This record gives sequence, C-alpha cells and structure tokens, in this order.
Amino acid sequence: MVENKEHNPSIKAEVKNLSFYYGSLQALKNVSLVIEQNKITALIGPSGCGKSTYLRCFNRMHDLYPGHRYEGEILLYPDGINIAGGGIDPIEIRLKNAMVFQKPNPFPKSIFENVAYGLRIRGLKNYHQIKERVERALLEGALWDEVKDRLHDPAFNLSGGQQQRLCIARALACDPELLLFDEPTSALDPIATARIEELMGELKKKVTIIVVTHNMQQAARVSDFTAFLYLGELIEWGKTEQIFTNPKEKKTEDYITGRFG
Amino acid sequence: MMSLKTTIQMNKRFDALFAILGLLSLLVGLTTLLALVVDLFLDGADHLSWTFFTSFPSRFPEKAGILSSWVGSSVVMLVTTATAVPLGVAAGVYLEEYAPKNWLTSLIEINIANLAGIPSIVYGLMALGLFVYQFRLGQSIQTAGLTLALLILPIVIISTREAIRAVPATMREASYAMGATKWQTTRDHVLPYSLGGILTGIIIGLSRAIGETAPLITIGALTFIAFLPHAPFSSQFPFVSFEWLEDPFTVMPIQIFNWVSRPQDEFHLNAAGAGLVLMVMVMVMNGLAIAIRYRFRKKIKW
Repeated sequence: MVENKEHNPSIKAEVKNLSFYYGSLQALKNVSLVIEQNKITALIGPSGCGKSTYLRCFNRMHDLYPGHRYEGEILLYPDGINIAGGGIDPIEIRLKNAMVFQKPNPFPKSIFENVAYGLRIRGLKNYHQIKERVERALLEGALWDEVKDRLHDPAFNLSGGQQQRLCIARALACDPELLLFDEPTSALDPIATARIEELMGELKKKVTIIVVTHNMQQAARVSDFTAFLYLGELIEWGKTEQIFTNPKEKKTEDYITGRFG
Repeated sequence: MMSLKTTIQMNKRFDALFAILGLLSLLVGLTTLLALVVDLFLDGADHLSWTFFTSFPSRFPEKAGILSSWVGSSVVMLVTTATAVPLGVAAGVYLEEYAPKNWLTSLIEINIANLAGIPSIVYGLMALGLFVYQFRLGQSIQTAGLTLALLILPIVIISTREAIRAVPATMREASYAMGATKWQTTRDHVLPYSLGGILTGIIIGLSRAIGETAPLITIGALTFIAFLPHAPFSSQFPFVSFEWLEDPFTVMPIQIFNWVSRPQDEFHLNAAGAGLVLMVMVMVMNGLAIAIRYRFRKKIKW
C-alpha cells in the first residue's frame, strides 16, 4: 500500500463512501467520516440506525458471518491501508483494532489469563514479558489496585463494572491502534458507567477511540467528535459541542432534543 | 354460569387427578426397575468373590468366573474409546465451527441423528462385511472395538455438537475480536468450555457400548474363552506390543448370555452375578458422567 502524500498526521482513519450490505439489505449507505488521532468519536442514533454495524466494520467482525459485503474504503493511517478491502486478512485488522462489547464478556479463565490472551495468540511465550504487559494493561484499565492480589482468581468473580474494565485491559494489552467501544456501559450501573467514562478520557491520550452509544448524554460527556446516523446514513458529524449546541441538520436537532429515537 | 368457586374446585380436581395418575405411572416404572435390581442382587451377590473375578469360564459352575469377559470388555472399550473419541469430537467440532451452513451440512446433520437410531445388529452386519471380510481384521478385539466405535460415533458427535452449541456466541466474538483464528478460538475457548458436556456424551456412549451383545456376536465373538489376550507390555524392546488387538475375545454381556442359555441353575446364578457386575460398571460410568457435568457447570459461568 502506498503512503498517502496528503495525509494529515492528526488523522487516524478516514472512511470514504462506505456502504455495507447484509445479503441484499443495505445497512450503511455511502458513509464518509474522519476519525481524528487521540480523540474520541461517538456514533449516535436511534436503534437500528447502523451505528453498531458501522463500528463492526472497523475490525471486520461482519466477516464472521456469511452474506456480508463492503463497498468503499476505510483507510487506516499512518499506513493508509484499506481495512474494508478484500485484499487484507480480517485477522490482521482485528489484531490492530481492539473491541469492547456491550455486555462484559471476559473469558471463563483467570483475570491474568484474560489479559494475557491477546499476547498469547500473538505467540508471546516469555512469562516475564507477559506478566509485565498484563500488569501494565491492568494499570491502564484502572483495575490493577482492585485485582493485584488475586490475578489468578476467575474473572467472573469480578463485578460487572470490573469485568468491563478487565475487557478494556484485555484490549489494551496488545497496544491497539483503534479502540472500538460498542455501547460499553449499557449493561452497567451509573457508578460503574462513570468510572468507564473517566477511564475513556484517560485512554485517549494513548489510543484513538470510537464509541457507539445510545445514551446522548454519554456522547456529550466523553466525546470530542460526534456522528449522527439515521437509517444507515450519516446525517451529520462534527465537533461534539457543535452537534449538541448548534446542529446544522433538522433531523439531528430533533434527535438530540428527544423528539424521536 | 357456575360460581367462580365451583369452577376453581372443578379445575383443582383435575389437577389432583393428574397428579395421582402421574405418580402411579412413575411408580410402575420405578418398582419394576427396583424389583429387577433387588432380584439380580439377591441372586448374584453371593457369587461375587475374588475367584469369580479371577477365574476363566468353566464346565463346572462353581469354578466358572468372568476373568476373560471383564478383561475382554475392558480392552474392547479401550479400542472403542481411542477410536470414537477423536473421530467423534473432531467431526462435531467441524460441523459446528467450521462447516458452512448449507443444505449439504443439514443433510449430514439429519443423517447423523438417523445413524444414532439404527439397530446395533445392522452395525454388526456391516462390520462383518467391512472389517472381517474386506479389511481382514479378524474376529478380534480390534474389530469389536471398531464396530462399537462406529455404533457410538453418532452419539459422540451429537453430544459434542450440543455441548459446543451451549458456548455463548459472545465468547467466540470476544476471541475473534482479539484476532484469534478459528483454531485458536476452538482450542482455547470452545473446547475447554464445552469439555464437560463432551465428556458426558462420551461416557454415555461408552456405557451404551459396554452393554452391546448383538453386533459382537455377529462379528464372531467367542462365547467360551479360557485365555487372556496378549499382554500390552513386554520386557523386551520395544516394550509395548499391540498383538492383543488381534486376539479373540468375549465380553460381559456375551458371557451372561452364554450362562443363561445353559440348563443348570447354578450357571443362571453365575449369570446374575455377572449381570450385577455389568450393571455396577454402567452405573459407575453414568455416575462419573453426572459428576463431571456438575463439576464443569460449577466451574464455568458466563
């Protein structure tokens, strides 16, 4: 892949005319978007608008199921590779872009093994290296102090919020380029949610984040950029303050003021 | 219209009626089973002695024992396990995790379920033609083990698939999202998390195989055998020998059948004793399956 000459270093990814199909159903229609480096981009919109579908294009999760088709490009910088293209192995993309799911889904293994898993599938065998990176990831995931004395306990003994932070640490252990959050707090209580949001603010210093949320207050609180999707189309995107205080489109205004959705 | 109270009373009467009927049906099954077990125990328990386990069959009922048949059953089970487990688990994993979902896989799935219902004697006939005459494996332990392996293969495949299907899709997604390949996901997550169910299915399949008689008679099991198969270990290089695979054999149910068909009463009591041993073997296996299932359920939560 050739280096994009005009590439602006503050841009982490650029989506160009992306369309996505489930079989014959078009779930995303010609969406273009710029993801800025070390910022949080929130995807908002009513249920079924395609925001999760959109997010899952960034690590090619759709490829796990038959009947998917991508059109257009998602260029990931600095390499400028098209991660939605047919020529690239989805596994390579998933090794680069990590995902945190709606419901905390730690593996039924120990806390340590959960975080170490990504390192192990990359072929890392040295126990001291693994241990060091697990420790670092748990620190970055703001979980270290709570689990440092019981790293070998089963992960399901943790509370829901702790499990989600464990999943974040698991994603961080391999230094992802993009961190994708799919409604990360929708299964959590308000206190756990606040901790995750605070953590996201910390993490953006290190990694570029895209978050899907159906909680508009959350988008307003944590994100730098917001994109509003409706029925598979990108209605509007821009700086979060602008979207929430001065939307250009009537639909965006109707949605953020709660007139529908 | 009836008052509400009478309606409720009427409805409740049906409730009570069904409860009584259900209890009676349950009792019919349970008492029969209990009577069988008690009868077998009363007849057979006296015969259970050390010599009963360490003696070969004999013309004299008081000297006859089950040495050759329990050894035969054990080694045949060994061959069955060694064949059916890897084949069945691999096939189940392939069907569930790898195979594309299309009409061909559906057809295969339906036919595996059908295979589980085929009478065991048919497997015996097939094994006679294939293993004994075609492959010339002889009327031997290996033929018997392979025949029973074929017989329980569908059970192992089906229970493997069910156990695998119980692993939530979120676990697979979590693994794939980290960049794991199919094999890594299967090896590190799907198989370990479904191991309890798979083991249970294997044991249930084996406990069916250990009681089979018909297919083994078909392939030529002996009914009277007064020697043991070759030892699997030898004092000379290479220390391990597979000669026993080609030895003739008998198994517990055939020994029982043989004794029952004799005219003397004493042999019938021997049969009861052997029946008791066989039943205990099956019950221990099923108990093991329950224990494994319980342990794994406790260990893994989603």
